[in-house]
Amino acid sequence: MVIDKIKKVNKQEKIVKNEKASDRMIGKWVKCDNCKEILYKEEVHNNLSVCPICGKHFRLSARRRIKQIADEGTFQEIGSEILTKDPLHFEGYLKKVEALKEKTKIEEAVKCGICKINGEDAILAVMDGNFMMGSMGSAVGERITLAIETSIEKRLPLIIFCVSGGARMQEGIVSLMQMAKTSAALAKHNEAGLLYISVLTDPTTGGVTASFASLGDIILAEPDSLIGFAGPRVIEQTIRQQLPEGFEKSEFLLEHGFIDKIVERKDMKNVLYQLIKLHKN
Amino acid sequence: MITAWDRVTLAREIERPKALDYIENIFDDFMELHGDRNFGDDKSIIGGIAYLDAMPVTIIGEQKGKNARENIERNFGMPNPEGYRKALRLMKQAEKFGRPIITFIDTPGAYPGIGAEERGQGEAIARNMLEMSQLKVPIICIVIGEGSSGGALAIAVGDRIIMLENAVYSILSPEGFASILYKDASKAKEAAENMKITAKDLKNLNIIDKIIKEPESGAQNDFSAVIAELKQYIITSINDLEKLSKEELIENRYQKFRMMGK
Ligand SMILES: [Zn+2]
Repeated sequence: MVIDKIKKVNKQEKIVKNEKASDRMIGKWVKCDNCKEILYKEEVHNNLSVCPICGKHFRLSARRRIKQIADEGTFQEIGSEILTKDPLHFEGYLKKVEALKEKTKIEEAVKCGICKINGEDAILAVMDGNFMMGSMGSAVGERITLAIETSIEKRLPLIIFCVSGGARMQEGIVSLMQMAKTSAALAKHNEAGLLYISVLTDPTTGGVTASFASLGDIILAEPDSLIGFAGPRVIEQTIRQQLPEGFEKSEFLLEHGFIDKIVERKDMKNVLYQLIKLHKN
Repeated sequence: MITAWDRVTLAREIERPKALDYIENIFDDFMELHGDRNFGDDKSIIGGIAYLDAMPVTIIGEQKGKNARENIERNFGMPNPEGYRKALRLMKQAEKFGRPIITFIDTPGAYPGIGAEERGQGEAIARNMLEMSQLKVPIICIVIGEGSSGGALAIAVGDRIIMLENAVYSILSPEGFASILYKDASKAKEAAENMKITAKDLKNLNIIDKIIKEPESGAQNDFSAVIAELKQYIITSINDLEKLSKEELIENRYQKFRMMGK
């Protein structure tokens, strides 16, 4: 399998190596943080944002993720009217949010909607790590809950792609309560006998891991993703010892029984489709 | 004036009454029940059955130590996944036998350790919240000291959320918050003020239902008055909640959390 991958990328490798040092075109190039190769951005994007050399899955914006999963032109957003709130009146928070909106062209750390996946209807929620590290404040909690409730109302399968640094600090206790709110909504979803697939991507930590991310009927993960409740740094500081190699990676969670399956990005849409199809009726 | 940081200090005092002190003084014939039937018995969470006057109830509590030795035994009140799973087992048992549940929250947070992650700390917390939201018996949750992060919330999804006046309830410890947002853990005092973590703050934010008064110097200095008010509120709440149908009870609980941050 590894050899196949290497063969496949040989062609691209040649192109990349020849042009590697071209400073002039730096805007079009990106360095893989895993294999350190300099890659042509467009090539990476055309490869689902996976490194063509080493297979590293780069982080995806919600927009790109939706494009990869939903059938073209089928995604209809819901909950976009739910925006950031500032319940603590935390200094500088809304200003920061405004600046981020400008920069990222997204309004909050999750995008939800109804779409088709190979023709099958589904509710799809996709978090976006570019927006305050995908942290969950009231808007994320509200949007996710609305997606869950819509899924119950329309009796459709629910898929949530998780990427998050955890609960959003600037909204304090209100952020914490989003964990309870989303989990309670999933309890209703569960009672309704509907399918919920949770997909964990790099990184999924903190309050998101300790709520909807861990509650899927089926939990998938992208390879080599950091997934955990407490992050590695916090644990290291607490126990004052080095963590084992691969700690809190997808493969570690699979080994310990907390995810069902690791799925490469190129296979993700089809795996989701197969699962939806099997659970139909 | 008593500051938010003063309350953090009071909430953490080693002399402050712990879960077992409340259990002994409010209930009769407490019998502790152990283990999650899966991995072990986490001593940072205690659980068991007792009488509230004549009514059988199930009690869950995060238990800190009252001295250094006890604190080591209790892991400073920081549960591992098996602690939350023990709590869930006992809460499901309460539901089976129609017993109201009373939980006491007092933790610096869920334990961040290798074993905790290996055994699914995130899953354990998430599962508790999901299950608690659907339990068909009244649930009364009382933050008696430190209610910190998901480690607190994992036993705090209920029909009534109560805080002692000097207790704090927060997304994270002020030290953790300061090190993340101010990149400086020594700014914890400043963080505590901005985080809105006191009982009064949480009442204003509609997160909690009731504040139990205590002396400015801490609950231990007039414990019988604290116990009397708390016990009365627990009894009144359970009586009110038992008038509801099971469907109403669960739907009201759902709406309670549904409204937070709406
Ligand atoms: Zn690479």
